[in-house]
Amino acid sequence: MMNQTQTTGALTIKLIVLAIGALLLFAPFLFQDVRSLEVAARICIFIVLVASYDLLIGYTGIVSFAHTMFFGFGAYGAAILLKGMGPGWIPVILGALAGVGVSLVFAIAIGLLSLRVKAIFFAMITLAAASVVLVLVSQMSGLTGGEDGITYKAPDLFKPATKLLTDDEGKVVRLWDVRLNGKLAAYYFVFATSLILFLLMLRFTTSPLGTVLKAIRENEQRAEAIGYRVVAYRTFVFCLSATMASLAGTIYAVWLKYTGPDTALSFAIMIDILLMVVIGGMGTMWGAVIGAVLLVLAQYYLRDLMGAASEAMAGIPVLPNLLAADRWLFWLGIIFILLVYFFPKGIAGTAMDKGAAK
Amino acid sequence: MDRISEILGRMGGVNLLPVALAAVAFILIGAPSSWATLTVAGLAMGMMVFLMASGLSLVFGLMDVLNFGHSAFVSFGAFIAATVLAGLSTWLAADSVALNSAALVMAFLAAILFGLVAGWFFETVIIRPVYKDHLRQILITMGAMIVAEQTILAFWGGTPFTVLRPHFLEGSWIIGDVSIEIYRGFAFLLGLAVFVGLYLVMNRTRIGLLVRAGVENREMVEALGFRVDRLFIAVFMLGSGLAALGGAMWAGYETLITPALGSELMIIVFIVVIIGGLGSIEGTLLGAILVGLMSNYLGFLAPKMALASNMILMVAILLWRPNGLKPAV
Repeated sequence: MMNQTQTTGALTIKLIVLAIGALLLFAPFLFQDVRSLEVAARICIFIVLVASYDLLIGYTGIVSFAHTMFFGFGAYGAAILLKGMGPGWIPVILGALAGVGVSLVFAIAIGLLSLRVKAIFFAMITLAAASVVLVLVSQMSGLTGGEDGITYKAPDLFKPATKLLTDDEGKVVRLWDVRLNGKLAAYYFVFATSLILFLLMLRFTTSPLGTVLKAIRENEQRAEAIGYRVVAYRTFVFCLSATMASLAGTIYAVWLKYTGPDTALSFAIMIDILLMVVIGGMGTMWGAVIGAVLLVLAQYYLRDLMGAASEAMAGIPVLPNLLAADRWLFWLGIIFILLVYFFPKGIAGTAMDKGAAK
Repeated sequence: MDRISEILGRMGGVNLLPVALAAVAFILIGAPSSWATLTVAGLAMGMMVFLMASGLSLVFGLMDVLNFGHSAFVSFGAFIAATVLAGLSTWLAADSVALNSAALVMAFLAAILFGLVAGWFFETVIIRPVYKDHLRQILITMGAMIVAEQTILAFWGGTPFTVLRPHFLEGSWIIGDVSIEIYRGFAFLLGLAVFVGLYLVMNRTRIGLLVRAGVENREMVEALGFRVDRLFIAVFMLGSGLAALGGAMWAGYETLITPALGSELMIIVFIVVIIGGLGSIEGTLLGAILVGLMSNYLGFLAPKMALASNMILMVAILLWRPNGLKPAV
């Protein structure tokens, strides 16, 4: 493997990520409509979610399909407590802890059960576990609200009516035409927590532990022979990524003020994460950022474009159906397959190998 | 203790598990007539799942290829069979068993044919470039599954599709106070016939010998001069064809199908393959019957537990036998 840290490509990717970070930081001021803010917050949360998945798939080479399960645990933890205890910070914190706790129990159980048998079982078992949890959640409607999900209030600070700064007349202060209200506070809560979690994970990958993981990914037998306990390391990473996913779920629950199977647990989210991590580039962390940004933008804006294309094609058989707005996954699936064939390192990984090492 | 296990081993060992399960369920359910109905339903479901799972298991055993897109064959089989049946609705409506069964056979043949062709395409175009790379295999077959599911949505739309059934398979047989749906009996018999056929091919023919040898040690078979890769295409096509047949039968069983059918069944198929042990036909049958019985009994005893039950079954069996009940190697 080439040393990626010193190529010009790596520099470009890092600059792009920095630019994305800056755009996200000033998003409420740059794009002043509700939908854009929604997109920006979703990007922040998915960066954390995808990065945590990248820890698993990119740094250990094992594929899990239970990542949304952990995301859901975090979201439902906060949602159930916010609903039960009313808005406030205590239920958010307790919910986050509860979500992490449940996630850890599941992660340890699944990890010990399947990682020691055969790595390939792991993918199948996580898929089965995730679908069982999805069914259970939609059936235990007393606790989880079933298919309808739970609607609740976020802590008072994040209410749109909350005034962060008031002027002499008691009105909300505007900064560059943006009201400094609770919505803004909610966005910056999402941004700041996501940034912290992402930086933590980035730090982790450069730690000695992260190096061991890369060694396991590159040559499992050799790492085992040198004396590293591969099963223990893999279980640990699985737990770590589950924790991160769970925390991302809690943030998402606080932002959305609604948690249901479709937003927090569905298999569609799992597919999104997979697409993001592969398109962005596995095993780089930067790729997670790029993949999440591209995919979320595609989700929100490509559909509109495809809807227009479908109408333009009306009259030709099948093609309008394939171009319909709901079929965007069809095209992404094809792109996904082609990427895995020709650029298995994804956008970031491929770009980072370009350019001579200094 | 040793003597007990020896006696159990002589009587069939793990093969006794479905019998034990049925016995426990008999005590818990109490009513013999509902027990009999549920057992037949479980066996029928098991046989259909066996059709879908056998190919996956063999493909994995022979070539170490795990195909997450296997469910696409199941859904396509279901939809193609349903479309053929809808196209031949005049034959189905006719008051003659011959025409009825002709329509059914046509539908199944169309599904199998599609499965064979799609399997060949899938193997040569999608899976061949990523042999021996599990991570990319999982990702690519998953991508293929997404594309396949979207294709079904594009052609058939998202609304549930009603499946017509030939007349002579409607209704139920009544023996004493036990009623058995004819379609279930039919599904069981067809599944059994396929199993017997597969078993004979695997254990009595030269091709079967090669497949079994390949599962056990592929390099050695290759070193002896056999083209395992060609054999593998054949096995892959056969597996896809069987999956499509399973899907077609499932369509008739459910009578109302949606494009999500494949991915829903996939979970069960995976559980079956893991329970049975990858690479063996007998293990897959055993796993399929266990899962079929378990979900029908529990669907009756504790409806909410039905899907979770399979998961619990799998965890229990993996803790006991980490490689499944009857692994091939």
